[in-house]
Amino acid sequence: MNTVTAKHWSWQDTLGVYLREAGFQFWELVRMPGFSLPTLAFPTMFYLFFGLIFGHSGSGSITTYMLGTYGTFGIMAPALFGFGVSVAMEHERGILALKRVVPLPPMAYLFAKVVMAMLFALVIVILLFVLGAVFGGVVLPRREWLGLAATLVLGTLPFCALGLAVGVRTSGQASAAISNLIYLPMSFLSGLWVPLRFFPHWLQELATALPAYHLAQLSLGIIHMSDNSSFQQHLVYLVVFTIVFLWIAQRGWRRIQDR
Amino acid sequence: MPGNADTLTTIAALKSVSKRYGSVTAVDRLTLEIRRGEILALLGPNGAGKTTSVNLLLGLAGPTDGKAELFGRAPRDVAARRRIGAMLQGAQLGGHARVHEMLALYSGYYLDPLPRMETLRIAGLEGLENRPVVKLSGGQKQRLLFALAICGNPELLFLDEPSAGLDVESRRGLWAAIRRLKEQGRSIVLTTHYLEEADALADRIVVIHCGRVIAQGTPAEIKNTVAQRHIRCVTGLSAVQVKMLPGVTAVNSDGERLDIVATRPEHVLFEMLRLDPALQDLEVTGAKLEEAFLALTDDNREAQAA
Repeated sequence: MNTVTAKHWSWQDTLGVYLREAGFQFWELVRMPGFSLPTLAFPTMFYLFFGLIFGHSGSGSITTYMLGTYGTFGIMAPALFGFGVSVAMEHERGILALKRVVPLPPMAYLFAKVVMAMLFALVIVILLFVLGAVFGGVVLPRREWLGLAATLVLGTLPFCALGLAVGVRTSGQASAAISNLIYLPMSFLSGLWVPLRFFPHWLQELATALPAYHLAQLSLGIIHMSDNSSFQQHLVYLVVFTIVFLWIAQRGWRRIQDR
Repeated sequence: MPGNADTLTTIAALKSVSKRYGSVTAVDRLTLEIRRGEILALLGPNGAGKTTSVNLLLGLAGPTDGKAELFGRAPRDVAARRRIGAMLQGAQLGGHARVHEMLALYSGYYLDPLPRMETLRIAGLEGLENRPVVKLSGGQKQRLLFALAICGNPELLFLDEPSAGLDVESRRGLWAAIRRLKEQGRSIVLTTHYLEEADALADRIVVIHCGRVIAQGTPAEIKNTVAQRHIRCVTGLSAVQVKMLPGVTAVNSDGERLDIVATRPEHVLFEMLRLDPALQDLEVTGAKLEEAFLALTDDNREAQAA
């Protein structure tokens, strides 16, 4: 018993807690094959099929374009499933309550999950970049490689907010189902699988309402392949989208805080 | 630490706390004090408000009315939480992390955690350090929950239905561990719906029913309040006659034998033998705890109605 102790809690201790929590969450997900395999395999597989095998024209323009679109497709999964669904699951299993009675700073849990989603996104981005550079003839200035990677990794944030908004309102099972219903149709409708210019006009209009469309266009803008040039408009949309869904998530989060 | 002036210190309290969920009142103006160094058992049937009381003390639920305090602070204060540990009901551990990794993570939340080997030993998890959590049996997961609750070297430990789902042997082990933790000077709050468990462990029992405290005292005092015996015998006395005797709460007749429920069996028997020296085939047994409980809650209802 140490009712009297010389030790004090320092900011380094707090930092350590944040980092360990994030590391633990990351490895938990990596070791969960039901999550990590599809999350890593689908974007790389699609990129391999549609970009490298069917789309390879030799110039590298299609494979470069698809880095932006499949990159966006790839980073959405850890945000929606690794973050949102896992919060719903842990809430359902009483783990969230356990995390709340330990002296974990209230935000550390969510922070850890966001960092984990970003780390996962980074792994996906690196896999796609390697495939593109080695097999797809993608050549970009270093500045653009880094800019694209940063955009995609930070691009998990709006989808983390969306995932959390769903996750705090639903059971684990339901949030997985709902997230899939958001993920796959939104990917298609945002032109992540098939470029939007092959879509009828009204579907192209619809796409502008979707966050995945804006992130893809933002990413393509970095590598000068955007369908339009309104870089700021996409950024503003994503920031507003993130704030709105964080607000929605926060209300649900507060509700599940009271057992 | 026993005998120390510290034992009178209140380290956590609910002060006239009410908790309502919509129209349901889970806890009703409940006042509760936890003193340093004691094992306090919250005893009551399912749905009595035990878990809600614990959740209020832990800050998992916010009071609708009144105030909850943990070491003089709000229960949601991180500094207060560094001094407690909690084993929650129904937490389902899982995942591919190994036992020692999970312990390391949870120990890391605290300023001065117990050494890993000691936590493992107290919780009875030795030899399972390298097992993935998902591969643990139900009982082992329960012990891991216990380990996570104690790993931070808590001054105050909350155990919500700690023996739920444990077999007899594991329950004994858990009881021994709880006693050892108390000997180290820790305070412990546990909820249970077994009088036997509260009796075996607690210094003080608070009986909760319908969100209110209906009795509190030492285990001996509580048992006295609820102590009931069945007296079975063949007698010439009628059920009505026996029912009149002081201390008799109920009488049933199966035509041959009377089955008498009494709070003071010695007195009742003495009276009966005086009235009917031919009384035979005598059998006195302890009433089931559930019956004792019902008696207590019935008394309370009558007291409230009066």
